[in-house]
Amino acid sequence: MTRHKLLKRIGFYALVAVIVVFSVFPFYYAVVTSFASGTALFRVNYLPSGFDLRNYQAVLGSKNFLYSIGNSLIIATLTVGLSLFLGVTASYALARVRFRGRGLLLMTILAVSMFPQIAVLAGLFELVRFLGIFNTHWAMILSYTIFTLPFTVWVLTTFMRDLPVEIEEAAIVDGASPWIIITRVFLPLLWPAMVTTGLLAFIGAWNEFLFALTFTSTESMRTVPVAIGLLSGASEQEIPWGPIMAASVIVTVPLIVLVLIFQRKIVAGLTAGGVKG
Amino acid sequence: MAKIELKNVTKSYGGLQVIKGIDLEIRKGEFMVFVGPSGCGKSTLLRLVSGLEEITTGDMLFDGQRVNDLVPSDRGIAMVFQSYALYPHMKVYDNMAFGMKLAKAGKPEIDRRVREAARLLQIEHLLDRLPKQLSGGQRQRVAIGRAIVRDPRVFLFDEPLSNLDAALRVQTRLEIARLHHGMQDVTMIYVTHDQVEAMTLADRIAVLRDGKLEQVGTPAELYERPNSTFVAGFIGSPKMNFLTDGFAHAHDCATLGIRPEHIDIAEAGPWSGEVVHAEDLGADHYLFVEIGAAEPLVVRQPGKLALPLGTRLSLAPRLGHLHRFDANDAPIR
Amino acid sequence: MTDPIAGRSGGPSLRQRRQRAAFWFLAPMLFALLCVAAWPLARTIWFSLTNTTLSNLYGGEWIGFDNYLSMRTLSSGRVVWRGTLVDPAWWNAVWNTVRFSLISVGFETVLGLIVALVLNAEFKGRALVRAAILIPWAIPTIVSAKMWAWMLNDQFGILNDILLRLGLIGEKIAWTASTETAMTAVLIVDIWKTTPFMALLILAGLQMVPRDIYEAARIDGIHPVKVFFRVTLPLIKPALMVAVIFRMLDALRIFDLIYVLTPNSSATKTMSVISRENMIDFDKFAYGAAQSTLLFAIIAVFVSAYIWLGRVDLGGEGSK
Repeated sequence: MTRHKLLKRIGFYALVAVIVVFSVFPFYYAVVTSFASGTALFRVNYLPSGFDLRNYQAVLGSKNFLYSIGNSLIIATLTVGLSLFLGVTASYALARVRFRGRGLLLMTILAVSMFPQIAVLAGLFELVRFLGIFNTHWAMILSYTIFTLPFTVWVLTTFMRDLPVEIEEAAIVDGASPWIIITRVFLPLLWPAMVTTGLLAFIGAWNEFLFALTFTSTESMRTVPVAIGLLSGASEQEIPWGPIMAASVIVTVPLIVLVLIFQRKIVAGLTAGGVKG
Repeated sequence: MAKIELKNVTKSYGGLQVIKGIDLEIRKGEFMVFVGPSGCGKSTLLRLVSGLEEITTGDMLFDGQRVNDLVPSDRGIAMVFQSYALYPHMKVYDNMAFGMKLAKAGKPEIDRRVREAARLLQIEHLLDRLPKQLSGGQRQRVAIGRAIVRDPRVFLFDEPLSNLDAALRVQTRLEIARLHHGMQDVTMIYVTHDQVEAMTLADRIAVLRDGKLEQVGTPAELYERPNSTFVAGFIGSPKMNFLTDGFAHAHDCATLGIRPEHIDIAEAGPWSGEVVHAEDLGADHYLFVEIGAAEPLVVRQPGKLALPLGTRLSLAPRLGHLHRFDANDAPIR
Repeated sequence: MTDPIAGRSGGPSLRQRRQRAAFWFLAPMLFALLCVAAWPLARTIWFSLTNTTLSNLYGGEWIGFDNYLSMRTLSSGRVVWRGTLVDPAWWNAVWNTVRFSLISVGFETVLGLIVALVLNAEFKGRALVRAAILIPWAIPTIVSAKMWAWMLNDQFGILNDILLRLGLIGEKIAWTASTETAMTAVLIVDIWKTTPFMALLILAGLQMVPRDIYEAARIDGIHPVKVFFRVTLPLIKPALMVAVIFRMLDALRIFDLIYVLTPNSSATKTMSVISRENMIDFDKFAYGAAQSTLLFAIIAVFVSAYIWLGRVDLGGEGSK
C-alpha cells in the first residue's frame, strides 16, 4: 500500500515537472539563445554557454526597435485609458440600472468581442484612410477599441455587479447622482478590478498583430509584434535569430513580471471575462 | 418632524403584488416598528417610504405633501442599513460628512454637525479610522451617526441589529431607544422580524403579513388585544398557546388563546396532563404539558424548575387573559 | 435640506433619473462600438459586393454576388464558374481552419483539464506551478511564434536535436517549411500557448465544486476515476463549455501565429490569412472582403448553433 502510494506520488510530481518544463522551456531557451552569438548560436546549447550581450546591443542600438517599443507603449496605454473611461460608466449602467433590453445589449457586446477581426478589416481600412490616420498611432488606438472595449465593459460589469447594493443605496439617500456614485463611491472600490482589467486589455493591445501590420507602412511606426514578426534577413540562412531572441526577451520580460506580480488578479479577471459569462 | 401618511399604497414587481394596499398614518415624532415574518413586505414598505422604491399605486404624504415621486435625498429621510453600508474607502468623518458635502453645505457647518453627532454617539475617537478598522458595534454607531448628520425628518432603520451578536444587540437597542428619547420630534420607522425588538422599542407597532397590515397598535395593545391569531402568535415569547375543539368550545369560540405566563398550576384546574419537557431559563422556566390538545401546552413559571418530568399537573388559565377567536379568526371580546 | 416645492411631484422619479443617466453612460461606449465594429462590418459586407481595389477605395462598382459566385457562359458554350465559393485556395483555407480549430481546441481541452486537475490538488509548490503556466500565456503570440520557429528550425533547432538524440527521428525535419509538418508545428505552438488559459478557466470551474462532495465520495469508497467522470465532469461542464466555445471562436479567426510561423505555406493558410492576403497583398480588396464576410458568417452560424444546441441540451438534462 505505501509502495503504491509512493509510486502515485512520484507519478504526480513527474506530471508536475513535465507541465513546468513544457511551460517554461521555450522562454528559457530564448534567453539562452539571446546571450549567444556568432558560431555559438548555431550549436544546440541546453545550458547557457556564455554571457554575450552583442545581440542586445544590436537590438537596442537600432532606432526603429526603440521606436517600436515607444509606439506600443503609447498605443496600448491610450487604448486602455480610453476603454476604461468608456467602460466604467457603461458597465455601471449595465450592472446597476434596470432597463429593457439590458440582457440583449450585454450579449451584443460579448458578441462584438468575439468578432473575427478580419471581418472588419476592410471597413476599418477605409475608415482609417478616410480619417487620414493611416500609419499613425491613432489607427491602432481606434481599431484596438474593438476588442479592448467590449472586454473592459464585460469584465467591469461582472465586478460592478458584486459591489454591495446597500452602499449604493446609502449614497442615493445621501443625495448622490449616478455620476457621483461612480466617481466618488464605486471607483475607489473598483481600483483592483480596474487594474486587472486594464492590465489584461494592455496585454491584448500590446500583443495585437493584424491591425498593426495592416495600418502601418513605415518601420518607425511599427509596434513591437510587427517589428519582431518582420525582423528577417534576406534569406532563410540569414535570419538574425540572436537579435530576434534578444528582442523577444526584452518585450516579454516586463509582461512576465507584471503577470507574475498580478497573478491572482489576472486569474480573477480572466475567469470573470470567461466563466461567469 | 414629519407626519407620514400612506393611502392605499401598493407595490408590484411585474405581475407580482408584494404590498397590497396599505393605509397607515405615522405620527410626528413617533417610533413606529414594522414587524412580521420574512417575506411579509416590511422591508419593501420601508423602502417605499425611503423612496428607494417607487410605489405602484396610492399616495404617500409627508406632512400632508405628496412625495410619491420625490427622490430619497429630497424627502428628508436618513436610513440605517442592515449591513451598515458604510463607504469602505472613506474615513468615519467623511462617511458622516458625505451627504452634507454633496448638499454643498459649508465646511464649518459640516464639521460642527459631524462632531456633534460623534459626541452624541461617543465615537469622536473613531473619526479618523476607516470602517474596516471598526468593530461591528462601532460600525453600527457610525451608520447611525451618518444618519443623524443628515438632520432628517424621518429616520429609517432596516433591521439594523441583525448583524450584531446577542449581547451587542441588547446594548445597541438601548442606545437606539435613548436616541429616540433625545430626538423627540424625529419620526422613526424601524423594520425588524424580531418581536422583542419591536416590543421594547416601539411607540406603535405595525404587524405585516403577506403584504397587508394585520394590526397597528401600541405594544400593550398588541399584547393584550391582538386582532387575529396571527398577531397573537407573533407577539410575545414564548408563543401564545392555541387550543381548538373541545377546549375552545368550552369557552364559546373556535380558537382559544392563552399566553404561557397566564396559566397557573392549580389544585383542580380544568386542564390536566403530564410534563413532557421542561426548559429552565434561570429566572423562570417553561413547562410543556400534554393535556390532550394538538400541541403540548406551554406554561411559564417563575423561579427554578422544581418538577421532574412525568409529573401530572392540574392547570388553570387566568380567565381575564383568555383570547377568544371565532371561526373567521376575528376576536370575540 | 431643500424643502420640496408642492406640486413638483411630476418631476422625474428615481428610476427615470437612473435610466436617463444609464442612457448617457452607455451612449459613448455604444457610439465607439458603432464606429469600430458595426460600421466597418457593414462596409466590409458592402465592399464584398463590389469590385473595389485597394488603390481605388471609392471607385468600386456594384457587382452583386460575383465575388462569391458567378457563372459565365463562354462563346464556345462552356460554362465557367468563378468566385470564392469555387476557389480551391479558399476551400483549402476553410479546411485548414476547421482542422486547426478542432485539433487545437481538442488538445487544449484535454491538456487544460489535466493541468487544472493538477493545480486543483494541494501540493507543495503549487503557486510556483501556476506562475509557470502563466508564462506561455503572457508571451505575445508573435514572440512565441518566433521562439518556436527557432526551436523548430531544421538545421539548428533544439527540437530536432532532442528527437535525434532520443532516436525518435532518423533525420532532421523541416518543421515549418515542409507541407506535411507545417500544421503540426502550428498546432504545437498554439497548444503550448493557449493550454494555460484553458487550464485557468477550467480550474475556476473546479474550484466551485464543493470539497465535501469529494470527501463524501471517498467515504463511500468510490474510485477516483469514477468520481471524476460521474461527479466532477458533469459539475464543471458549464464552465468547460464556455471555455471551449471561447477558444473555438478564437481559433477560427487565427491569423498572427500562422502568418509569422509558416508564411506562405498553403498547408496552414487559414481563412483570416487568405482574406488579408487577397485584400492587402494581392490588391483583390473586394475579393478578400467577400472571404472575410464568409468567415464572419461561418462564425455567426457557429455561435447561433452553439446557443441553439445549448438550449436543446438544457432541455435534455431537465428531463433526466
